[in-house]
Amino acid sequence: MSATDGPAADERVTVSDEAVAALVAAAENGGVDFDGLRAVSEGDGYRFETPEMTRAGLTESEFRDACTNHPEYVDNWYFFEGGDRSPADRAFLRWLEDGDAESWDVPTRYDALREGVARSWGQVAVTAMLGAGGRRYELRHEDDLGTPLPDLERHEDPLAARDLVKHDDRGRYRPLKTAPSLPTGWAFVGLDGRACTRALDLIYPATVANWHLEREGDLDVNHWRETMERQSGIYSVIKTWDRGEGYEHVNWVAEACCDDSQCLKRREWGYDDETELDVDGGDGEFPCREPCSLVVAAARKWTRLEGQQPRTYEFELTPGEKEQVEAIIDAVADGRVDDIREADIYEGGNRYRTRFLRAKRMDDTGRLCGVPTDPEEGSEDD
Amino acid sequence: MSQALVIVAHGSHLNPESSTPTYDHADTVREVGAFDEVRVGFWKEEPHFREVLRTVDAEEAYVVPLFISEGYFTEEVIPRELRLEDWDEAAWDSDGTSATSVTLTATDTGQRVHYCGPAGTHDAMTDVIVRRAESVTGDPDVGPGFGLAVVGHGTKRNENSAKAIQYHADRIRERGRFDEVRDLYMDEDPEVDDVTDFFETEDVIVVPLFVADGYHTQEDIPEDMGLTDDYRTGWETPAVVDGHRIWYAGAVGTEALMADVLLERAADAGADVGDAVQRVRELTRVGGESADRDAGAPTADD
Ligand code: SF4
Repeated sequence: MSATDGPAADERVTVSDEAVAALVAAAENGGVDFDGLRAVSEGDGYRFETPEMTRAGLTESEFRDACTNHPEYVDNWYFFEGGDRSPADRAFLRWLEDGDAESWDVPTRYDALREGVARSWGQVAVTAMLGAGGRRYELRHEDDLGTPLPDLERHEDPLAARDLVKHDDRGRYRPLKTAPSLPTGWAFVGLDGRACTRALDLIYPATVANWHLEREGDLDVNHWRETMERQSGIYSVIKTWDRGEGYEHVNWVAEACCDDSQCLKRREWGYDDETELDVDGGDGEFPCREPCSLVVAAARKWTRLEGQQPRTYEFELTPGEKEQVEAIIDAVADGRVDDIREADIYEGGNRYRTRFLRAKRMDDTGRLCGVPTDPEEGSEDD
Repeated sequence: MSQALVIVAHGSHLNPESSTPTYDHADTVREVGAFDEVRVGFWKEEPHFREVLRTVDAEEAYVVPLFISEGYFTEEVIPRELRLEDWDEAAWDSDGTSATSVTLTATDTGQRVHYCGPAGTHDAMTDVIVRRAESVTGDPDVGPGFGLAVVGHGTKRNENSAKAIQYHADRIRERGRFDEVRDLYMDEDPEVDDVTDFFETEDVIVVPLFVADGYHTQEDIPEDMGLTDDYRTGWETPAVVDGHRIWYAGAVGTEALMADVLLERAADAGADVGDAVQRVRELTRVGGESADRDAGAPTADD
């Protein structure tokens, strides 16, 4: 992305006094072997080694000079190993640089950082770059990658993310943080590593933690059955929806809610630990480890609705009207209703078309073709 | 060893403002720097109760439910969703308002969790109700000549909910600051609808014991008390009803001093909070820096 926002390409890395002091201490305390940097205190002095050079028998002050002369190696070690970074954050910040490729060597890493390395996390473009004080991160909506920074609302405090992501660009509340409706128009700038993962954790909560667990082979997936068995109170009814007659209903739930068009998490849960669902779990970078609260709440409603027995109704529609009903369902299900133009009467879901259908086919009480829902009572609504 | 405060609250799929008081109180606690991390988790938002602990680096987590009373959520839902090993509600040894804390292990993360009783039944909550009365009247010395009503659900939904209301009403009454103090309910006697029948004083402050503003506090109660015929048109503060001036405070949970209750819950459970309690009390007093944060608005789902 905008390498223009990053530092000049010839910017040299300077290494902080804390980093040097920490490396001296680490060299004395068992030594360091990290991304090509080896540093250790031996019988005849300190040893400082990179893939390009080796110096041995150094006094402490010569060792410190070696550090200053090879700032990238020292900065790189200190960034990843020097602080008290959580294993998940550390793994994520490394992944931001070299992705799933083999670990980059340090010169490659720093050349890339000087250019700015951008990766997507959901709809967020995360750019790692070099700034004053070492690695700096910038976050923005991936659709804003081409937007000049001054045109975006800039933030430096990760906590600002809470308000930023609450509503979509149309002002609608986003109850599911990983819905692909992240608003545009903002940028986090100048974040350090900790602030970067903090901001992401507010935009897409727990995604870094679960992504890391998955990479380590430790993701605790809870499938549909166990999740619904666990529910209590008003949600305990959901377990009755599983009748030992297959899992087609769960396919429908996943197709409705978990499709990539609805949620950017990659669904890893299935019906139970032996039964995967037949619908696609998605291609998202971060996993979904159990049905979320939105799915649980919706499943409660569906459990009640699906308890009803089908009936045969007779409606009279023209072929065009039948197709229009289908078009309306598609438009609503795909969230396209607001995109259908005012005068586009070619679209079945157009408002005038739909109002015409209602005027013609629904009676005063809103019954389709005047057909009562319950044939006995004449009309019924739940 | 590093310690985290984790505030767990209900949240909402429908109401964007339901989480606002939770975030505001978390910010206040953050401001005084008593914890290495302050996190929030929700039942209906993210991070969910199920996943909040894995976003916490600290091995020691003080979990405080931002709920008004003990009951279904504090005794069943939260411990289950946090995977607190060997949780047993008897561990709190509570009479319905006296839960303190219990230390357990979260089985998924291995963290030590000090699981605290809800904010709403802590003694410090009494002060928050009084502070709410001060904020709504704009008078730090309000009391003489005023009546105070503490309002909650009745026992129909949760027996302990009424206990919490009574508990705080009794404590405020004992202090003798207000001329009259009553506990009133939405779905049983004495009913909040008849609020003016229960007070001699001309001025009556009404404080609903709810965490966030929502349907009950912004629609039901104002209409039932006759502050307005239609909540959408709003109401005056104070509003004159049957010759009484009603100062309606809205949900107590939006009061900035709530942050103090969360801190005290954690401190009671063994967290090292230094002078943070004192500082939060300063920060949130009427006219204080964090006192004017506006929090809360309608909520509609459960
Ligand atoms: S259950 Fe489905 S909708 Fe919910 S977070 Fe997981 S993938 Fe997304």
